[in-house]
Parts: sequence; structure tokens; C-alpha cells
Amino acid sequence: MPKDSGIGASSKRREDVRFLTGAGNYTDDINVHGQAYVHFLRSDIAHGRIKSIDTSAAEAMPGVVKVFTGKDFEGVGGMPCGWEVTDKHGAPMQEPPHPILAQGKVRHVGDPIAAVVADSLEQARDAAEAIDLDIEVLPAVMNMKTAAQDGATLVHDDLKNNICYDWQLGETDDAKVDEVFANAAHVTTLDLVNNRLVANPMEPRVAVGEYKPGTGDYTLFTTSQNPHVIRLLMCAFVLGLPEHKVRVVAPDVGGGFGTKIFHYAEEAFCTFAAKACNRPVKWTSSRSEAFMSDAHGRDHVSKIELALDADNNFIGLRTNTYANLGAYLSTFSSSVPTWLHGTLMAGNYKTPVIQVNVKAMFTNTVPVDAYRGAGRPEATYQLERVVDKAARELGVDPIALRRQNFITQFPYDTPVALTYDTGDYNGTMDKLEVAADLAGFAARRAESEANGKLRGLGINCYIEACGIAPSNIVGMLGARAGLYDAATVRVNATGSISVMVGAHSHGQGHETAFPQVVADMIGIDESMVEIVHGDTSKIPFGMGTYGSRSLAVCGSAMVKATEKVIEKAKKIAAHLLEAAEADIELKDGQFSVAGTDKSVAWGDVTLTAYVPHNYPLEVEPGLEETAFYDPANFTYPAGAYACEVEVDPETGQVTVEAFNAADDFGNIVNPMIVDGQVHGGIGQGIGQALLENCAYDEKGQLLSASFMDYAMPRADDVPFYGVDHSSQTPCTHNPLGVKGCGEAGAIGSPPAVVNAVLDALNSGGKAVDHIDMPMSPSRVWAAMNS
Amino acid sequence: MTQVSMTVNGKSVSGDVEGRTLLSGFLREHLSLTGTHVGCDTAQCGACVVHVNGEAVKSCNMLALEADGADVGTIEGQANADGSLNVIQQAFQDHHGLQCGFCTPGMVMSAAALLKENPRPTEAEVRKYLEGNLCRCTGYHNIVKAIMAASGQDVSSIAAE
Repeated sequence: MPKDSGIGASSKRREDVRFLTGAGNYTDDINVHGQAYVHFLRSDIAHGRIKSIDTSAAEAMPGVVKVFTGKDFEGVGGMPCGWEVTDKHGAPMQEPPHPILAQGKVRHVGDPIAAVVADSLEQARDAAEAIDLDIEVLPAVMNMKTAAQDGATLVHDDLKNNICYDWQLGETDDAKVDEVFANAAHVTTLDLVNNRLVANPMEPRVAVGEYKPGTGDYTLFTTSQNPHVIRLLMCAFVLGLPEHKVRVVAPDVGGGFGTKIFHYAEEAFCTFAAKACNRPVKWTSSRSEAFMSDAHGRDHVSKIELALDADNNFIGLRTNTYANLGAYLSTFSSSVPTWLHGTLMAGNYKTPVIQVNVKAMFTNTVPVDAYRGAGRPEATYQLERVVDKAARELGVDPIALRRQNFITQFPYDTPVALTYDTGDYNGTMDKLEVAADLAGFAARRAESEANGKLRGLGINCYIEACGIAPSNIVGMLGARAGLYDAATVRVNATGSISVMVGAHSHGQGHETAFPQVVADMIGIDESMVEIVHGDTSKIPFGMGTYGSRSLAVCGSAMVKATEKVIEKAKKIAAHLLEAAEADIELKDGQFSVAGTDKSVAWGDVTLTAYVPHNYPLEVEPGLEETAFYDPANFTYPAGAYACEVEVDPETGQVTVEAFNAADDFGNIVNPMIVDGQVHGGIGQGIGQALLENCAYDEKGQLLSASFMDYAMPRADDVPFYGVDHSSQTPCTHNPLGVKGCGEAGAIGSPPAVVNAVLDALNSGGKAVDHIDMPMSPSRVWAAMNS
Repeated sequence: MTQVSMTVNGKSVSGDVEGRTLLSGFLREHLSLTGTHVGCDTAQCGACVVHVNGEAVKSCNMLALEADGADVGTIEGQANADGSLNVIQQAFQDHHGLQCGFCTPGMVMSAAALLKENPRPTEAEVRKYLEGNLCRCTGYHNIVKAIMAASGQDVSSIAAE
């Protein structure tokens, strides 16, 4: 029987009511009395030297309050990078300045050059057109491989080259790796591109800055996944403001997918300009502006080699990747191709020798940072594509080859720095084989062929590392932040509870799922618990939501704080019941004395905590506890996915006919929400595999800068998905045994789709061993007809 | 500035707008009906869908002046008279047809228009009709399911909850 409340119940989302009735409160819905509007004049060329900027005509335009340029930010800090990667020679990464408004040079289309603040947005836009710019056009650095060569045009004149770092993980002895490959019975090699994507949450970014001269207090309303991180970075590294005078509010946020983690120049600008103009300043991104200012994702060019012995055991893996970082270092960009990518190259397999090499490149493109999965999809794509190719070359079943090489003993120390605590990869594969009816595939293929279509089945396995931690380890790896989270459980006198959490909900349903946990622990109705998030003036210092960490990390903090509350409440109950504290039990919202019928209700104890007349003198009044939780390890969700496609041999058109996912997320709090997270991830993964591509021309012009040019998946591009999460190996080191489910779909689906298309083509006698994403009809048709 | 008058959710409203003011901007900025969202600038995403004289319209693609005299319906006017969710809204909640909620108003308005012209659409018809509404969170699974459920069809055999 499914549960109807508490942990494990598919409780309906309470946040839905406001979203369904138009009563949400998104940042663009916020208007502050007296606000002015800012419009950013952005570079329309990829690389150039600013010779002059004349703003005098713009300043004279109607409604203009002030025009800012890079000069106004001399002496102000630039946008910081939160992770210092050390290269394989022991040197720190090259870290160029990232000014709020361009200084000296523009380095990508969309780089902000000037900002016009005016009474209305239309006046600001009109005035921006009157700014006279003289920019000397420089050659654009676009190709990562040529950018790495000596003598290449420099994106940053003060750096020695365009290589941010040359990084390595795993086996450092090249000769040993060479020897493994020399002794291999078979080597499969694959060159592939992980296409540049734009996260495109449906809500574009917005920032509203406000300054109160009377008190010196600032407020920034912003579309962020992590308001405390924004406040810390902006105060400590950019504007030099005292944190206690700055409040950052991220109200309802319309999707994030990683791209709203980062501290953006527009946030710092609106905060700075609110004081400089003595008026609130609002910025609302247009979608076109979002395409050229939101951090992009992926964009890796890789070569992967897999060595197998005569029995088809994986014996070695080597990868060489060029990772595009764009023109500047975005907040966590440096960690994505390294610690979030290289560490995942073992995947689900017991490959003993692994070497990962990554050159991270500066180019004249929008900065690249974390997008749903962040490094893990790039690792999974390489690995699962090369495994599939090896199976085809060897003429063995791709599932059998995977099963043969699965890690089956846990904990397992990988050759790439991780310790998997638990997992059951055969378990999820077993579930997948049933859920996806793999036994019936041959009949479905025959039916497709009878209709003149090619049908393919693509299998993929993935491992994910979520809830990145612990802080002391990531600190040694270069993180400039802690990666704990925090929760305050405030019990009100009448027994209702407000839980202030560091995590931020922007679609994940925390407002519903988190109360399920607290209510379950105490035995009260979920409706008595509410979650407060997104406002630094209300919540404890937490690191926010990304990397599928909210429940595993912040949820654990919430459990710890609730345990403290229960412990204290038991002391009060013991006093009221005149019993020993050790004899007090809490069940269904009642404190009782073990072995007796004496009990006192939750609400009576909480009221006593705040009206402490009959009260244990040694206990403080009140009932409110905070906990910070720093995980001992990552969590490791894993799974197996199956995609079935039809390919039209006449046109190359690919149709996804079926998609099944079997995931192991450990324990699950709200199955409905978990399924929804997987659905969304799969939708984005199918988008990457078939449709989405952020394209530049050789001069650095962004060719896909609107939804007219960037093909987002639509309802008729995708099928219904099957999701199974009944194979569960609970996380061994957090109190809920949860692992995280937010990114799995986006990590596990692209290789499954590509593998399926290649299976279809090969079944039709086309010996095609790779097609880069997105597999558009023209690419598929060309591959079939080459 | 030109005066524009229309009926929005059954109430007569008017305001002074510039010629370039979009209907979406009039609803959001002049009437504070912020449930209508703007997710793009090329009439692609559908977060701004409202009803104009009974037809689903992208309000970012229509000037406020073009709606002069029209009968406009927005997400704020969709709930039942007692404030409870209407059949479509309730189906979206029951079937988890929304996550971040940003595309949701447009989805609900489009779904209402679809069910008005096609009371029992097939899965393919729902997907085809939603071509002008982008969602980045749900992968569309539960949106399609919710709309089919709102039309009175049994969706229990559709995979997963």
C-alpha cells in the first residue's frame, strides 16, 4: 500500500495552488516604489579593444538617470571564481579578471559594455542606442585546439596563453597507461563532442537592487538557486559590503538547472547602482539577452580510449578533453570539467587503470559553467558511448558487456578519487530489462521495419556523485566555499513548525517534501510544517540548491535539527509526566511513558516550552534548534536507461518511441516528485541528443540566440517515459539514506538516445559508429549516406 | 499615450499606454496581473498565453491597443467562483503537471482552449496542440497526462505517477 502521508507518500504539492492561480511571486513580479530600470548595452562582436565610449548623447536622453561604463567600476572587485584548480604541474589555474562592465576589451557577444539607468525600460533602451562606441575588432578565438597552440590570439592579454589549466586525474605514469593499452586484446577509440547547451529555465534572470540611505541597508531580489552564496560573493569579493547590511531574496524562481547558481554581474550592478542612483534599480533579462549572458553548459571535445583484455574485461581507460570555459571564469566553471567530470570516469565499471586529461580553454564565447549534471553527463557520455562502440566492434551484447564489468563490491575505491559507498548496478539493469520489455524488442523492430522504419535500442548506465562534500576534502581540491547546509526548526507555541532551510526550491517541491520528513519524525500532520527558504534575512547560512544536494545535505541538517528539537521536547514531556527522560517515547504526536498509558500531546509540550510555568528549571524556554550538516562523502545514485527510436531512412528523422529509466536513488521521500525530476531530466537529455545546439560562427557570432534558433524540446518531440526506482540501496552515510535525483535523467539519457540511433542504423546495414549530438535529420541522413 | 479599455476576467479596466505596449505588459505592469509570464521575446514559449474573445493568444505578441474592447481572460480568472481550482488546474496538481510554475499559467490557458475545441483529445493531439508552449521542467509527461485527465479520460495506464 502506498503511504498517504510522511516519508514515502506522494503528497500533492502545496506550492502548486499559487502557481496554478497566477499567485506566484517571481522576481519580475516585484516592483519597488520609485524604481528605475537598467538596460545593458552588450557587445555585438566577439573580441575587440574598446577605443572610446561616448555616453554624452545618451545621458541627455529623456528619463535617463545615469549611464555607467567600465570606468565606474575601476577599483571595484570583479566577478569571482569559487574553485581554484591546480594543474598537473602544480601551478594554480590562470584566473583573469572579470569586471562587472567591460574594461579595455570585450570578449564575447553579450559582454556588457555600458548600463543605462532610466525612469522606464523603454527610455533606457532608447538611450543605449545613442551611446557612441569605437571598438577595434580583433580576431575571435573560437576553436579550442588552435587556441591552445603557441602564438594563438589571446583572449586575455595578461595571460601566458589561452589554457586556464592542464589537468590530470588518475594514473599519472604515462608509460604505465601506454603499457596497458599495448597489452590490450582490443582497444576502442572514439572522438566525440559534447555539444554546447543553454540551460534556458523558462524564467529569464531578473535582479532588483534597493538601498536605504537612512540605515545603509541593501536588498537584492534575484533569480537565484542560492541566495546566501550570492550575498557572500557579492559582499566579500565584488562590492566590499558588510554582509549584515545586505539582504538577498530569491523568491519563487522559475527553474534553474544550474544556470542560476552563479553570481552574475547584473546582480552586483543593480545593488551598486541602487546606491549610486539613490533609487531602486531593476533589470529583467530578455530571452535573447539570456542566451548571451546566462552561463552556458557542456562544450567538451574529447577523445576516449578503452582497453579490453581477451575476455572483454575493461583494463584501461584514457581520455583527453578540451573543455570550453568561455571568455571568463564563471562562479564554479573550473570545477566542472575537473572534479565533477574526471572523478566520474570510472562509471559503473571496475576498470583498474584510468587516466583523465583535461585542457580548459578560454575562448571568445559566453562563459560555460554547470548545467544539470555538470561534468557528470560529459563523463557518462564518453564512457557509455565507447562501451557501446566496443560491444559493436567485438560483436557482443552491450548489456552483457556492461554487466561483466560492473562494480559489485562496496564500498569501492575508484582509480579516480571517489569511494562509492553502495550500489547495485545489476539490480537496476534487472529492473530495466523488465520495465522496458527488452525481450519484446525484436518484435517491435520487425513491426517498425514492416513500416519502412529502422528501429534501434540504446542502453546506458550511469553513476552520479551528488551532494558534493565534505568541506575539508573539497577545500583541499580547490573549493573556495564550504559545502554543508543548514536548517533551523522553529516550533511555534501551538505546535506548528517553520523550518528555515538553506536549500532553495525552484521546481523541486521542497515546500511539500521537506515537511513530509519533519512531520513523519514527530508524528504530526504535514500541514503543520512549513518550509521557509530564499531569504537571507530569514534562513540560516546555507549553500543552496545544486548538484542534487538539497535533501541529502540540507534535508540531513533538517533531520539533525528536528532530532535536537525532539530531544529537548522529551525533557519537557518528562517533567510534565513526572517520568524519567529515558522513558519518554514519541509516536503519532504523543509523548508517552514507556509501558504506561500516561501521555502528553505534542501541542501541550510546545505550549509549555513557550509558557514555562510548570517547567524543568534546568531547561531553557522555547523550542527552536539549528543544525549544520557537512556530509562525510558524496552520494552515488546510479541506474540503467533504455531508449527506443525509429529512424526514417529516407529523411534521417529520429523519433523517440519509448524511454525507460531504472534508477537507484536510495530511500525516497515523495515518489511523485522523484518521478517528475527524472521526467524533466530525460526531456532535457533527449533535447541535447536530438535538438539543442548552441552554435557560434567562426567570428564568434552567436547563431542560436532565441527560441527561433535554439531548438528546445516540445511536447511532440518526446514520448511518455517509464520510471522505476524500486531498486534501492540507501546511502550509508546520511540519516535519511537518500541520494539525490535531480540530475540523473539529464545524465543518463543522451548516450541512450545516441546508442539507440546507431543501433537502428547498423540494423539497417549502415556501418555508422558515431554521430555527434544533436542528431538532426541532416546529420543522420549524411551519416547514412556517406 | 492612448487610452485602452477592455474587460479582464469579467471586470472593466482601462489605462493609458504607449503604442508599443504589449498586452502582456499592460496586464502585468498596469493591472498587476503578474500571473501572465513572459519567457521569451519571439512568441515561442507560450508562458504568456491568455484568452482574447475566447481564443488562446500569446499576449507578448499582441499590442495592448489591439485588445481594445476585447474580453480578456487570464490565469487569475480561471479558478472556480468559490476560489477552488478548476478541473484543469486540479488535474495539473493531481498529476504533478508543474514544477517551477513559470510556464504553468500559459499551459493551463492553452489546455483550456484545447479542451474547448476538442473535449477528448488523444495524446498526439495534446502534444501537437502544446507545440507553442515550452516547459523546461517536466519533460511534458505529466502535463500531457494532466490535460488528458482533465478531459475525463482514464490515465491510470500511463507509465509512472
